[in-house]
Amino acid sequence: MATGVFSQGRAKISERTLRTDKWWIQPLITFGVLFSFIIYATWRAFEGAHYYAEPLISPFYSPCLTTDCVNGSSLLGTPFGHIVLFGMALSPAFIILIFPLGFRMTCYYYRKAYFRSFWMSPPACAVAEPHAKYTGETKAPLIVNNGHRYFFYIGLVFNTLLTIDAFLAFKNPQGQWGHMSIGTVVLLLNATFLWGYSASCHSCRHAIGGRLRHFSKHPIRYKAWTIVTKLNTKHQNFAWVSLIWVAFSDFFVRMVSLHPTWNKYFF
Amino acid sequence: MARTLKLRIWRGDDKTGGLQDVTVEANHGEVVLDIIHRVQATQMGDLAVRWNCKAGKCGSCSMEINGKPRLACMTQVASYPEDEVITITPLRAFPVIKDLVTDVSFNYKKAMEIPAVVMPEGMKPGEPRMQQVDVERSQEFRKCIECFLCQNTCHVIRDHEENKKSFSGPRFFIRIAELDMHPLDMLRNRKKTAQEEHGLGFCNITKCCTEVCPEHIKITDNAIIPMKERVADEKYDPVRWLGSKIRRREEVL
Repeated sequence: MATGVFSQGRAKISERTLRTDKWWIQPLITFGVLFSFIIYATWRAFEGAHYYAEPLISPFYSPCLTTDCVNGSSLLGTPFGHIVLFGMALSPAFIILIFPLGFRMTCYYYRKAYFRSFWMSPPACAVAEPHAKYTGETKAPLIVNNGHRYFFYIGLVFNTLLTIDAFLAFKNPQGQWGHMSIGTVVLLLNATFLWGYSASCHSCRHAIGGRLRHFSKHPIRYKAWTIVTKLNTKHQNFAWVSLIWVAFSDFFVRMVSLHPTWNKYFF
Repeated sequence: MARTLKLRIWRGDDKTGGLQDVTVEANHGEVVLDIIHRVQATQMGDLAVRWNCKAGKCGSCSMEINGKPRLACMTQVASYPEDEVITITPLRAFPVIKDLVTDVSFNYKKAMEIPAVVMPEGMKPGEPRMQQVDVERSQEFRKCIECFLCQNTCHVIRDHEENKKSFSGPRFFIRIAELDMHPLDMLRNRKKTAQEEHGLGFCNITKCCTEVCPEHIKITDNAIIPMKERVADEKYDPVRWLGSKIRRREEVL
């Protein structure tokens, strides 16, 4: 039985959309960038090597928590042993990547991005989606999106650790403080973009003051809410720049691990 | 006359219909509603179109122009290239009555399901006082002109007729948000009903409602997502739920 725009009683129009603009470009670009990131991140997580070039550590592997971690890369020690799943050895990245991945998967901005570009639900506004049935975020697995705040809180822990990584990058390969390299800038920018992404998060906005009914009774929280609200309008930008930069940071650390001369020191 | 326009206008009723080609003259500065009126006056005397203010404030002339939900009175003819054929259809999420007029009574039924603000007991008319900062949030939602473009573009009901019984749509989520954020509203079950009766969980944040809103209300960021977070406080966050029970924070928030 016909449903959606072809339902009985609605205007009889055979096209799924009458849009004449290039509505498919945006979801296509989104798909391309996100898919490229997924491929790259998966490959790097499986690679299990070239993630540490003292003092730089890849954000994909920080904190490095297993006994497989290379010497000097474990900021918090190695509480986990060698990980094997279904007979396959997993790199230290697998223990931690689930959290930033969960943060982005449940993110209110990325929901728009992947629902449009991957699931085509809908691919663009006023373009009929191909699915016969739709229950949204009322059932598993998408109901998990309601737990975004927990990933946000865990994300803050990761941001703190990655900020520490960035400050540790003020050392030279011999472990002496007071030096700065391209890698320092790369990791500092990575931490900055990630803090921007977290601070502009909708769950952050809610926790800071959005849940209040009386702004006037909580002037400090109201002020904080107005600041987060301003950042929140740039959440999409932070989402993209932090995603691309975290991949670039990993790539840079990998290249420095293979070619130490890539990491030029300013002083 | 500044240019000759080629139009395709959908004509028909709930049983049958199709796009009809029309050629019409257009003046500088005219909007699509002007052109429809000219067609009505010169070529299609019985063309049905709903309109009222011609100023983007009554929300009557909602239709789809080249597939995009828009107000005909706010759509400049000049925004389309000279050689482009402009296709005009009724809203595609609602049953058509005739030509460009649709039956939007679904929205009025949903509106009736939302209880109005409940003032504190004993408070008399004229007594309530609110600070400007508390008023501002809901003032944005009061800009809604009920054109129902957001309802029309929302894929939850546009693409799934069967969801209409359990999903109220973005226009009513801003209404619920406005009331739930109201400092004096005493009805405390709005979050629960938003999720369980009005289908807030169906929304997957694709933001089409915000894209089409002629009043530029940030429907998703300022109403739907805050409501989803408020629902999460009560329904999906055991820590928050426990805290609210122990400290009864709802009263002071």
